[in-house]
Amino acid sequence: MELFTSEITLAHYLSVAGILFVLGVFGIFINRKNVITILMSIELILLSVSINLVAFSAYSADLSGQIFSLFILTVAAAEAAIGLAILVVYFRNRGSIAVEDINVMKG
Amino acid sequence: MEFSSLTFLAALPEFILIFFALVLVLVAAFARHSDGHIKTVRTISLVGYATGFAALFLLPQGATEIFNGMFRIDGLTVYMKGLVLLGGFFACWLVGDGWGEGIDRAEFHLLVLMAILGMLLMISANDLISLYMALELQSLPLYVVAAMRTGSLKSSEAGLKYFLLGALSSGMLLYGASMIYGFSGSTGFSEIAASLTTGDISIGMTVGMVFLLSGLAFKISAAPFHMWTPDVYEGAPTPVTALFAIVPKVASITLILSVTYNALGEMAVQWQQILIALSVISMIVGATGAIMQQNIKRMLAYSSIAHMGYALAGLASGSMQGSTSVIIYMTTYVFMGAGSFAVIMTMRRDGLPVERISDLSGLSSTHPIQAAGMMVIMFSMAGIPPLAGFFAKWYVFLAAVDAGLVPLAIIGLLTSVIGAFYYLRIIRLMYFQEANAPLDKGGERQNRLVLFASLAVILLFFFFIGPVHDHASSISGALASFS
Repeated sequence: MELFTSEITLAHYLSVAGILFVLGVFGIFINRKNVITILMSIELILLSVSINLVAFSAYSADLSGQIFSLFILTVAAAEAAIGLAILVVYFRNRGSIAVEDINVMKG
Repeated sequence: MEFSSLTFLAALPEFILIFFALVLVLVAAFARHSDGHIKTVRTISLVGYATGFAALFLLPQGATEIFNGMFRIDGLTVYMKGLVLLGGFFACWLVGDGWGEGIDRAEFHLLVLMAILGMLLMISANDLISLYMALELQSLPLYVVAAMRTGSLKSSEAGLKYFLLGALSSGMLLYGASMIYGFSGSTGFSEIAASLTTGDISIGMTVGMVFLLSGLAFKISAAPFHMWTPDVYEGAPTPVTALFAIVPKVASITLILSVTYNALGEMAVQWQQILIALSVISMIVGATGAIMQQNIKRMLAYSSIAHMGYALAGLASGSMQGSTSVIIYMTTYVFMGAGSFAVIMTMRRDGLPVERISDLSGLSSTHPIQAAGMMVIMFSMAGIPPLAGFFAKWYVFLAAVDAGLVPLAIIGLLTSVIGAFYYLRIIRLMYFQEANAPLDKGGERQNRLVLFASLAVILLFFFFIGPVHDHASSISGALASFS
């Protein structure tokens, strides 16, 4: 059980971030129910990137990765605000936020 | 880090746009909502673009990096900023009156101004952080303007689709940026380029580059990342579609150019394969997808996918000739986009905008000037000599052949033949088909002026191709791969 006894290395952090990223992407493509879930998946992707950046930053003793992740948090907040606003407008017109109902235009 | 007057002078166009954006916020907040109000707002933003354009001539000559290397000024960025500001001016001028709910308000022009500011910053981005922040400053206002017509289901659906896919693409871009940061140890483009010159290229860098380019391919709507484009073009209000068709892709292509040639120049073998794949798929999807379309905005969406395929073919050649051809291609792209939307936005029946391709039938009898203009633009998009579009394609294919990418050039030629089919169909409808219900006479003055300006460039490009090519060639010498 070397996996549990050795210390946490960069590879562990990258694996967690990679798994979260894949979960986020699959959350967007496989999810057929609700747009809110897609918004949550987008947040998951952004947070996985933040883990990546902070881990790299800590292991290479370079601060710019941590600063980058602060910027990402800020932009993620703005992005969520805009996304929810568009979603509210859409709901007023359509009366539903199910993913399968976003089909007025084929594509 | 020291701030000097040079620091501010080098970013003068951006500061000017910020100033005008702040003025617009105040005007939008305090002015009385009346008919004259929106005209004032439009004039202010037009003056903003014009002042920003004029400021480009005051910038210091030669390559300069300011803000700790985050922001780069050289001949290439100045030229591309000129194109973006010109395109923004056209798109904003074309809006005119009577587009109804959502468009006839100050916030629309404010958001467009912010998006253009983001595009200028994208062009100058020289660091992964400034790349991401600029890209988001461009994207977030564009999501909102796509959904600007809040009472329309189509518009809000377009906004929602654009937002969801755009946010996903930003996530992919960021994941790539984090990998590149981790494996090169820095976020600056020049440091990344320096780290690549020593030793082998790690698999982490390759993964990062793939994700970064996928995210950027999304923004230029290169296939297979094009799914949002037809729906957003169709659903968004026509002035917004015009904006999408004219400006953002110039900035995104420049970003790809600076990422590939400035930061990842040593990885040319790796990114060439990706760009070739994107280019081939985009050309095929764009050419075949447009054939069956009934909606002119949807057709132009596929047409822009194909155009991005051609531009990427120039980029994929990885040579100085290739970057020169991309610069020429984007120049003609701006004018063809502005001209075609100047005609489309004139098309109204009983005061309401129409957007079916069949509505163009008989346009030559009701609107002879617009029909002739549309014919020239369609010929140019199809690549008929001696129009601008022909020279753009010519240089792209020449660069591809010289770089040994003969199959790419052949596929490009074949798809432009397929593309000619649907461009010529529009000409046939306008000239050889009776109008079923004629469109409104007249049209707004600014639409005609924009049309004339683009026609002048498209028709007379023949005479300027030498100087334009020389200039494009000399400014692409500023890219790190060639210096």
